[in-house]
Amino acid sequence: MTETIGTPILQAPAAEGARDQHMVINLGPQHPSMHGVLRLVAEIDGEIIVRLYPEIGYLHTGIEKTCEAKFYQQVVPLTDRLDYLGPLSNNLCYCLAVERLLGLEIPEKAEWIRVLLAELTRLNSHLIWLGTHAMDIGALTVFLYCFREREEILRIFEGLSGQRMMTSYFRIGGLAMDPPLDFFDRVQGFIKGFPEKIDQYSNLLTGNPIFRSRLKGVGYLSAADAIALGVTGPPMRASGVDFDQRRDRPYSGYEKFQFKVPISTDGDCWARYEVRLIEMRESVKIIQQALDGMPEGPIKADAPKIVLPEREKMKTQMESLIHHFKIVSEGFAVPAGEVYQGIESPRGQMGYYVVSDGTAKPWRVHFRNPSFATLQALEAMCKGRMLADLVAVVGSIDIVLGEIDR
Amino acid sequence: MGASEKITLLGRAAVVEGLPENPAVKAVLAWKPEALVDARFDREELTLTIAPEEIRAAAATVQAAGYNFFEDMTAVDWLPSTPRFQLSYHLLSHGFKDRLRLRVLVDGESPSVESITDVWPSANFYEREVFDLFGIRFDGHPNLRRIMMPDDWEGNPLRKDYPVEGYR
Repeated sequence: MTETIGTPILQAPAAEGARDQHMVINLGPQHPSMHGVLRLVAEIDGEIIVRLYPEIGYLHTGIEKTCEAKFYQQVVPLTDRLDYLGPLSNNLCYCLAVERLLGLEIPEKAEWIRVLLAELTRLNSHLIWLGTHAMDIGALTVFLYCFREREEILRIFEGLSGQRMMTSYFRIGGLAMDPPLDFFDRVQGFIKGFPEKIDQYSNLLTGNPIFRSRLKGVGYLSAADAIALGVTGPPMRASGVDFDQRRDRPYSGYEKFQFKVPISTDGDCWARYEVRLIEMRESVKIIQQALDGMPEGPIKADAPKIVLPEREKMKTQMESLIHHFKIVSEGFAVPAGEVYQGIESPRGQMGYYVVSDGTAKPWRVHFRNPSFATLQALEAMCKGRMLADLVAVVGSIDIVLGEIDR
Repeated sequence: MGASEKITLLGRAAVVEGLPENPAVKAVLAWKPEALVDARFDREELTLTIAPEEIRAAAATVQAAGYNFFEDMTAVDWLPSTPRFQLSYHLLSHGFKDRLRLRVLVDGESPSVESITDVWPSANFYEREVFDLFGIRFDGHPNLRRIMMPDDWEGNPLRKDYPVEGYR
């Protein structure tokens, strides 16, 4: 039923006013600088990019379709697989959406731990971005340092949930289980030394003349283009659009935290680098506030028909055993309606759209992932620039193919 | 999270009466009252149902009213009820710090609506995705090709009559 087949650039290589020397080259899907299975088809004039066309879908696994066949609580592990560098952001967004459909109130302690972990996830994701971005440009050392710190974060996640990457720690109605006893001390130990580590990366990169000249003035995106092309998150704020959902549409108790939202008006790769570095420092501040003010109390909502009971209670109380059996075997009904929940993920605005028809399985789940929209702006950022800049730009917008292809 | 959370307004008349100051409601009523087919305000989310042939103009109207950012667009297949498809456009206003959902209902027989890519170029990939996975056509789209599935794929995977698992 599709009428147009194939990549448009390959079918009609001659752009408007093209000369004979135009050439079409293909980058990816297996290419070391493409951050996954992204395929870019570029039409070049010498070394200047004339047109650029992203081909995606190589990682499409139909997660949205799979969700429709699962109970609401069974979707949580699927969301981990979308943005696999920030799994807890995905969990958070999905859980908040379903909790709003249910009208469920979450205990304060669970909210605070969620904020703490969401920011730790942001650090985790930004560390990978910084490491791989610097490596693409040729500064290999930073990559090793970033992964050293990331390892510590993954160990904290492992102690928390038993998993390093696919954590599924946030559940509908709260958290999967109490954090381990040494959890807060470990987080405190980690963030105590972390600002120094950011200085270390900055010392290696900010004054580095090669890194500077590869990023400054490269991949320019104006504020109007950022909005028109759907760019969100750090790339949007680096273009001068002052919007952060944590501050402007607070969720999960973010209104209780004080932090700055870094903005730059330069709109180039260097601005994106600077904005993300400051964001990491602000995340550390949020984590510190969360540790200092961590409230006491339960970590699961008092909703026995939705939240799985404690193991101890299940083994000793008839009522809890029945609830456990019911939730696991037939799920829980969610009132009919539709909800769009947006959060600020490390990469930008994430939004989960959950439609319920009143049964125990979601009628439709749609994921609005920031990378998917950001990719549309790639041509605008690279047009008229050198081919070598493409690598710097792809690194600077920080895309994850898992959430693009879904 | 205040008292406003509890308010639920169902139906066009209730929303027009309950939220007369809402910029989107105001703009749509000032532009073309008959294009607003239905409306609801539920769980702090405003949904305006627009007549299918008016969606591009409605998008331009709310864009001018301050909903400057196109965030998301997707479809819902309501098989077996009619009209079969629902398109949900999620728009964000950086100024009002507010969200809006435009909803369009489309028939199941060769479904098609007007593309909004000339209002928001960012709708490009989203409309391609809906075309690919639901088979809804967008008239005036610059490059309406499959985006997730291979070009020669048969069927539209997110339709409800497309099985989740097993042989087809």
